[in-house]
This record gives sequence, structure tokens and C-alpha cells, in this order.
Amino acid sequence: MKRRSFVAKSSLGGLATLLGVDIVYKNVMPEGYTPLALQDLDPFKLFNKDKGMVVLNDKPWNIEAQAHLLDDKVTPNKSIFIRNNGLIPEDIDVEKWTLTIDGESVKQEKTYSLVELKSKFEHHTYKLTLECGGNGRSEFDPPAKGNQWTIGAVYCASWTGIRLRDVLEDVGIKDDAVYFGYHAADVHLSRDPSKEPISRGAPMSKAMQDETILAFKMNGEDIPLAHGYPLRVIAGGWPASVSGKWLQRISIRNIVHDGTKMTGTAYRVPCKPVAPGEKVADKDMCIIESMPVKSLITYPKSGATLSKSKKLNIRGHAWAGELEVAKMEYSIDFGATWSSCNLEKPANRLAWQHFSAEISFPQEGYYEVWARATDSNGVSQPMLLPGWNPKGYLNNACHRIAVKIA
Amino acid sequence: MKKQNHDKLKNDFKELYKKFILASIVIAIVGIGLLYFIFDFSLSIFNSNEPETEIVEIPVEIPVEDDFDKIENGIHIKTGFIEAPGMMETIQNCTNCHSSKLVIQNRMNAERWKSTIKWMQETQNLWDLGANETVIIKYLVTNYPPKKVGRRAVLKDIEWYRLEE
Repeated sequence: MKRRSFVAKSSLGGLATLLGVDIVYKNVMPEGYTPLALQDLDPFKLFNKDKGMVVLNDKPWNIEAQAHLLDDKVTPNKSIFIRNNGLIPEDIDVEKWTLTIDGESVKQEKTYSLVELKSKFEHHTYKLTLECGGNGRSEFDPPAKGNQWTIGAVYCASWTGIRLRDVLEDVGIKDDAVYFGYHAADVHLSRDPSKEPISRGAPMSKAMQDETILAFKMNGEDIPLAHGYPLRVIAGGWPASVSGKWLQRISIRNIVHDGTKMTGTAYRVPCKPVAPGEKVADKDMCIIESMPVKSLITYPKSGATLSKSKKLNIRGHAWAGELEVAKMEYSIDFGATWSSCNLEKPANRLAWQHFSAEISFPQEGYYEVWARATDSNGVSQPMLLPGWNPKGYLNNACHRIAVKIA
Repeated sequence: MKKQNHDKLKNDFKELYKKFILASIVIAIVGIGLLYFIFDFSLSIFNSNEPETEIVEIPVEIPVEDDFDKIENGIHIKTGFIEAPGMMETIQNCTNCHSSKLVIQNRMNAERWKSTIKWMQETQNLWDLGANETVIIKYLVTNYPPKKVGRRAVLKDIEWYRLEE
């Protein structure tokens, strides 16, 4: 069908709108085709997102939450950030949806229908923290290229699915397997069908973890389209880009997967620390694995004013990639002194942990409440930005909210 | 005085000429579009190898204010770009694949824009920009220069509110 691409092309330039070319062609638009006018629709309605979410990019869609929208223990869809590298797939037919396991290191290639996957393998439900590798990018100086995420590209939802390990054992994996890489149904921004917007993965050790699942439900319901319907890899604690959406194929590789955004500088940081702005050769960039320790104050919203007689109850979440958060503290004097918060154990491994504290302020004035988590290896969040890197990943500097006592 | 009148007349004529050209373009493009439509329509009908496609009407509303060229307070409404020399070249070359929002939120110097363009050409199917490359880069570094924020910026844009507990 040449028609669709013509519609796509014609509405790229400004004249299309001016001339109403879209109206001329609406009569021949195939059913199920998502009109490009979608780009102009209200994204909050389109994706059922809270009005307080911030649209960073509308082509491709990239939308982030604000700290106070992430107050729930299990994040509801309305507060979940959207990070897309390409265009959301159109015309998904779940009846015909299949998952193929292939690659150099499978004993034989095997294809499963969605129904087969759901009936053949045991179901598991986990609460898993997913954070964009570039969350916090906006704070780097010199600025890093890409979507300028502030703090809202993180969440912890409840995911139901089957273990990737169970599927791989059913297929049969050779001893030389090194890495898994996913392939998905999303469309490259240029609409070039030979290009994948993103195809990432992780080492076999991550593939074989209990919590690495192929999910078909989020928070007890079908995964929303923007979050990977009908099937998605979930690899909690790692850059969320490892958790491939709209999953169609997994390749078991005998080399480190070399799909789109696995190579070059994508999702990589300098293997050795560099000065801000320094040029780093591709060969000196290393793949990000576990995300670093981090936390967010989700209540109150920054900007609270209260009287001196009142105590302030703060709460939020903390997470530490593959590790657990061991200690949670807050400071109201710009990091000079720290007090501990109550910290809950995670619901399961790789789920974020909830913290709370009751704060008294010594006198009237302007305060900032800073939050600092420490992981089970004794590593804490920095108060200033962590090491600069060319693509602006892994900013886990402590979260701050402003409070006024009047 | 005479010269002024003459200039006014000249300008009026220019305006009229512009409108005439625009109208001609509009008519030409609508015509080509219709031809293409008819041509493609018959092709699809007669080609039995084509998958069956159900045709439905999808209401598409284009608001009256949806004027592509509209500029308000120096901002191009449709894209959010700052109106300045090089804006049209930037729109034409940089918003086909991705949104203008991705351009606007990034702050780079000329060298890094150049390498970003090169990266898009090597991996994202961006075409050769020719002489427009310099124009676009100049537009970007002039209107969206990198800002120094230091190791940690002060909290800004705080919306103060009374917290009742």
C-alpha cells in the first residue's frame, strides 16, 4: 500500500495543513491506521496520563512525571513516564502475535504464540523499578544531547508474566551464550523498515534471574500500548531500555548484542572518569548495567509553606539498581547534617522501597529538604552531580524540595 | 512624496504578486494531489495481489487557527521555534523525523551540532543538508546557545502553596 506513506509524506510539510490534503485523503485511510493527526492530539487523553506530566517530545513521544505524581507505592499508569525511540506500532493483532527465540546460541529456533506463552509457562508477578538511563540528564554541564529528563523518568509498577529463563530452557541454549537482545514492532522515525529504533539486551546472567520476565500485564491489566502491549521484557534495576517493548523476537547471542543503541555511545558511560566536556572515543565507553542508588521525595510537593508549630511528614521511594537500599537520610541544612528516615524493605528484589520521616524546623525561613539513599554496598547518592559523561546518563544526585516556614 | 507613493504602489504590487504565486502553488498541489489520488486508487483496485483493505471515514478536523506560518511574540506557533534567520530551513530539514521539541530542548555548540547532524546522516537517514547546514547550525547556536548551569543549579520555578495537614 503506497497510500499510507503518501499520507505520511504529505503531512510532513506545512502546506499539507494549509491545503487540507489530510481531508482529501481521509476517505482512503485504511481502518486501523492511526492518523498522523494523532501527533496533534492531547497526549494526556491519548495515553491516559496525569495532566501534570511533562511532554518533552511528541515525535517520538517522550513524557515524564513530576516527583509528587509518583507518591503511590505501586505507580499507576497515569504517572508512568513514556520513553520511545521510534514510533508506536500500529495495527497490533494479538491473535497473530508471536515470539521467536533465535540467535547463534539457541539449539534450535522456536516460535511461540502469545496464547502458548501464557498457558505453557508459570506466571509470576513482581514489583519492578524501571528508570530511564538518561533520567536527570537536564542537569549536566556541558549539556548532554537527547531528551532533557529532569527527575520523572522512573516508576515501580507491578508486572505479571513468565520468566525469560523458563522460555530459554524450553528452547535450549548453547554453552557459548553471552547476551540476549530483543527485537520489537516499533517503527523507525524515518519509517525505513530496514532500521530498528532500538534493539538492546543484557548478559545471560541478567536473563536468567527470577525477576527477568516477559510481561503481558501491568498493574493487573493488559499493558498499555505506549508501554509495550502486548508483550514486553522487564529487567528491573537496569536502564529501562533493556526492558524492550512490543516484543517479537529474542536473539541469544554468542557475542555482546550489537543491535541499535547497544553500540557507539548509546547507553554507555566512559569506562574511566573524564573531565566535563571531554571527548571520549567509542572504544572507551562501557555499557551501563545496574542503575545507581537513588531516591525521590514524593510528598509533599516542592513549594510547601507551613507554620513553625507544624511538623512536616515527608515520604518517598528509594532504589538501588541490582542492590537494596540499606539506609535513607534527609537533611534540612544543605547537607551539613543528616537524620535518618524510616525505610521499608522492598516488596520483592528490584522493587523500590518506601521511606518516611517527621521533620521539625528550628526557625522560620527558607529550607530545602534533601534526600540521600545508601545502597547495601555503602555507596550513597552524591549531593552534586556525579561524574560527567557525554550522553548525560546516571545522574543520581540527591533530590531536593523547597519548604518555607512562615 | 512622489517617491513614497511610488514605493507604496510597488509594495502593493509585490503583495499582490506574492498572493498570486501562492494561489498558483495551492492550485497546482491540489491538482497533483487529486491526480495521484485517482491514479493510485485505480492501481489498488486492479491489483489483486494487494491485501483487502476496508475503507472507513475518519473525521479529521483542522482548526481554523491551525495556520502553519503563524508567528506570535516571535515564536512560530506550530513548532515553537524562535523566529529568526534560518528558522524555515531548520523546520524543513529537522522536523520530518522528530519533533521540534527535541531540537529546542538541546543546547549545543556548533561543533557538537555538526557531529549530531553527521550521526543522523550515518544512522537515521538524514539527507545531505548542503548549504543549509551552515544556516541551520548558525540558527541553532544563535537562538539556543548552551547555558552554564554549574555542578548543581539552585531550585527554580517553585510554586509556593500552603500545606494543610
